[in-house]
Amino acid sequence: MKPAPFKYHAPRTTGDALRLLADNGDACVLAGGQSLMPMLNFRLLAPAHVIDLNRVPALAGIRVEQNVLHVGAMTRQGDLETSSVVRDAAPLLQAAVRQVGHRQTRNRGTLGGSLCHLDPAAELVTAAMAMDATLIAESAGGGTRRIPIAAWSAGYLTNALRPGEMLTAIEFPLWRGAQGHGFVEFARRKGDFAIIGVATLLAFDAAGTIARAAVAIGGCGPLPQRPAAVEQALIGQRPSAPLFKEAARLAATIEAHSDAHVRADYRRHLARVLTERALAEAANRVHDAGHGASQ
Amino acid sequence: MSDEGKADGGYFGRSILRKEDPALLTGRGRFVDDLQPDRLLHACIVRSPHAHARITRVDTSAAAAVPGVKAVYAFADLPPMLQQKRLPLMSANPLIKQPLTQPVMANDEVRFAGESVAVVIAESRRVAEDAAALVDVTYEALPAVNDVRKGLEANAPTVHAGTASNLVARVPFVVGDTDVAFKGAARVVKASFDTHRGGGFSMETRGCLAVPDLNAGSYTLYLTSQSPHRIKRVLMDMLEFADHEIRVIAPDVGGGFGPKGSFYAEYALITACAMRLGQPLKWIEDRAENFVATQQERDMFWDLEVAIDAGARILGLRGRLIHENGAYVAPLGLILPWIAVTHVQGPYVIPNFSIEMLVAFTNKVPTSPVRGAGRPQAVFVMERLMDHIARATGLDPAEVRRRNFIQPSQMPYNCQLIARDGKPVIYDSGDYPEAQRRALAMARYADFRARQAAARTEGKHLGIGMASFVEGTGLGPYESATVRVATNGKIIVCTGAAPQGQSHKTTLAQICADLLQVSPGVIDVVTGDTGAIAIGVGTFAARSAVNAGSAVHMAGIEVRHKAILLAASMLKVSPEKLDIGAGYVYNVAQPDQRKSLREIAIYAAGSPGYALPGEVTPGLEHTAYFTPERSTYSNGCHVVEAEVDIWTGQVTLTGYWIVDDCGRAINPQVVYGQVLGGTVHGIGNALLERLLFDEHAQPLTTSFADYLLPLATDVPRIEIGHMESPSPLNPLGVKGAGEGGTLPAIAAVIGAIEDALSPFGVTINETPVSPMRIVDLIRAAAPETYA
Repeated sequence: MKPAPFKYHAPRTTGDALRLLADNGDACVLAGGQSLMPMLNFRLLAPAHVIDLNRVPALAGIRVEQNVLHVGAMTRQGDLETSSVVRDAAPLLQAAVRQVGHRQTRNRGTLGGSLCHLDPAAELVTAAMAMDATLIAESAGGGTRRIPIAAWSAGYLTNALRPGEMLTAIEFPLWRGAQGHGFVEFARRKGDFAIIGVATLLAFDAAGTIARAAVAIGGCGPLPQRPAAVEQALIGQRPSAPLFKEAARLAATIEAHSDAHVRADYRRHLARVLTERALAEAANRVHDAGHGASQ
Repeated sequence: MSDEGKADGGYFGRSILRKEDPALLTGRGRFVDDLQPDRLLHACIVRSPHAHARITRVDTSAAAAVPGVKAVYAFADLPPMLQQKRLPLMSANPLIKQPLTQPVMANDEVRFAGESVAVVIAESRRVAEDAAALVDVTYEALPAVNDVRKGLEANAPTVHAGTASNLVARVPFVVGDTDVAFKGAARVVKASFDTHRGGGFSMETRGCLAVPDLNAGSYTLYLTSQSPHRIKRVLMDMLEFADHEIRVIAPDVGGGFGPKGSFYAEYALITACAMRLGQPLKWIEDRAENFVATQQERDMFWDLEVAIDAGARILGLRGRLIHENGAYVAPLGLILPWIAVTHVQGPYVIPNFSIEMLVAFTNKVPTSPVRGAGRPQAVFVMERLMDHIARATGLDPAEVRRRNFIQPSQMPYNCQLIARDGKPVIYDSGDYPEAQRRALAMARYADFRARQAAARTEGKHLGIGMASFVEGTGLGPYESATVRVATNGKIIVCTGAAPQGQSHKTTLAQICADLLQVSPGVIDVVTGDTGAIAIGVGTFAARSAVNAGSAVHMAGIEVRHKAILLAASMLKVSPEKLDIGAGYVYNVAQPDQRKSLREIAIYAAGSPGYALPGEVTPGLEHTAYFTPERSTYSNGCHVVEAEVDIWTGQVTLTGYWIVDDCGRAINPQVVYGQVLGGTVHGIGNALLERLLFDEHAQPLTTSFADYLLPLATDVPRIEIGHMESPSPLNPLGVKGAGEGGTLPAIAAVIGAIEDALSPFGVTINETPVSPMRIVDLIRAAAPETYA
């Protein structure tokens, strides 16, 4: 349970971090360390270099500009949880982050770290999927690549970053008008990674009809899924328990995997149950983003 | 009372603060890994990745070449005595047909994933781990036995290559005549049970530190253990030490729960390596090793049937238990399944009883008692049968139990069984119907059905479960205690009982304080050191309050008696005129005529040429051994209310009520903590903890991410009420309290889930149950639920 030897680097600027990453091929980037450190201690990873971002203040921060929420990759999960900016602009993200681990782990864990680790059931990945987030990858020499969340996975626990690239920020486009959000997950214990987590966003037109819907289901594959059939079944309909029940049935057809603890059919069953609950939750807390009032 | 301490101002029975806590809460605990002697070396053990394989080659050369590595040893490098000797049977039993115990390191065959194959010794643990990865072992995989039941089938592969079968032992337990009982039955209720328990998983893993004393030619082994005196005896045997050549010390121990009561190969290995290198050597098990190399409890499979008369009274119980033993007969032998069988009867009258116990090898780490040691499984099967009888007869589950309880008027009650210590199972005291009555009253059982019906109208599925238990505690053969007033005035209690969180330093001080009429604060309790007291047993099987407590009591009486005789001689007054108090022996009629305990201790040490009073032995101290006639039996009743989310299968415990009777409580707050902790352990066993293996017996749960322990958020509000049925078998009237919380918890929690799911007709005969399993059970019993 001691990590294999590695060289430790603690850059002070994003540029230094990117240069270190470019110069050292066999490197891991250390953000909050909540997943990386155990993996090093278990010797599941044995990089020659560890580049610690905890002394790079420019990589953290939360702001809204032109209806987009910008979050620095090193922003602590605990800061997302308590941010009034996030609360007003992207309450779904806050609902999701509250379910991440425990207070102690959220104080260290970061948004970027969670997205890069890409656990299949990670709450923040599921929320980012529902919100159509864009991930900003930078590399030494000023290269920047904007990666849509839908293209973020390159396989199980593997993100789409190329050698020399580092995730520096995440952008969440915000929805306008009357909307509601839901985040429901099922985990064996409070704070565990979910077996299944579902994030929902519903936007309503003036008549109260669902104008736009996003349903993201995490825990069923390398990346959370957006079942188009579920979203299509909702659009143009008035919210109701029977509507959500029927739409949720379609969620039970998504692809899922089995592991030593949980079979695929139970994952699909949970996807259905939790989708129904997350839709009901979204419909029950509609607010108007234009006025910031909740009802 | 005149000879046994004053009742007034007594500390016995009071919830004084724990003497252990200031050091632990301020980070001044002293655990094995805190000890850092000079020239310390560190060991890392290379373990088999295969559950069953032949070793054809071990090449240590690359590992030995790593800078910082001091030595790499495989089987061939062990001293001859450790090549020849296997681990001893600490609880030998002639009924063990294949007493195949574990070698110190595997030679040509590994029989579980995690078995030691080589050891790397280096200047740091990190370097040792780096080098361990370079030890090149060539394995030829052999077929492995994962499921004990399959291992008993004809033509099954054998766990030990070259043996004829996997059977360790087959033992019948018979009372009366079950054939006759079943012929006369009004009804027979049958069920098969799958009872799985996990491991002990104490916060501190195993570990030891061997320190040679090159001047004395002796060795000290510090280790985290429940019974250092027994470890010493095994080391003396395996490494051929004389008594004075090896001392074993358990410093602060971060939890035991059973698995730390056993002897492990690493203890002999690390001591032998330190002897060879002449340097201190430490091995601290990491959590990954802990999941594969520390003994666990795992699987028991039961097929049982119970015969009842027209009034739902039990006429007989019969069936079979198959216990999964693991790859080797552990040093504690057959005690785990033996305890299970002899606890099935519980608080009920079962006039005819017949269970065949089968124990068989599997290619997994050997099994050990874990808090409760087979008893929780026994309570589970008996209490599930009670609920099945209730369902079959339409009677209230509480009423079925009431009709079958042993009554207080029947005490002492002889179950006609032989316990694992060879003594008859005779319940000493207890009022089982009253414990149930009180627990049901606390739970407002009388109006539960109305609450349940109201909840169902809101779509909520509430259930209630109950379980009564009887627990054999205070196991012999004896425990030791020395009470000593040192010549510096300190009062010291030494005992062979070795705590792992049981608060011995507080409770044993309370007992001694009353006898010497001092505050427990001035008494130092020394535990876990074979250098402090020569003979001892250890702390396991809820035995220390009974055995160590009584031994302290006996020794304290004698020291008090001696102090008075010696003071009488010093003061030249008759002993009857003297009493003890506030650190002095004084003349009751003239209190300023007195001698301090320190003065008396100095006097008792003697001066050359001056005689001591004739009837006292030198030293103001006495060593006593309490040898119980037989076990004491604690009892109690748990009632649990649970809500089940039928859509996810999630179980939320909404209420938990306990009545616990462990005889007289030395310190009620300590008992409360024991009962609470034990109950949480049982909740984990019912809902969360499962060790998974694949079909090749490869362990799949090897971290706390995969093996789930209960968190604070999994623990409901638990109300505990106490009853006191003093034991007549020891001078304090105490019984054991360490495991009682665990015993009924699994049965009660599962019973509550089953009751919540009664509209679906679900029966649960297994533990633990996961949410997925609950959804499966509902789907199987009522397929339309999720249409």
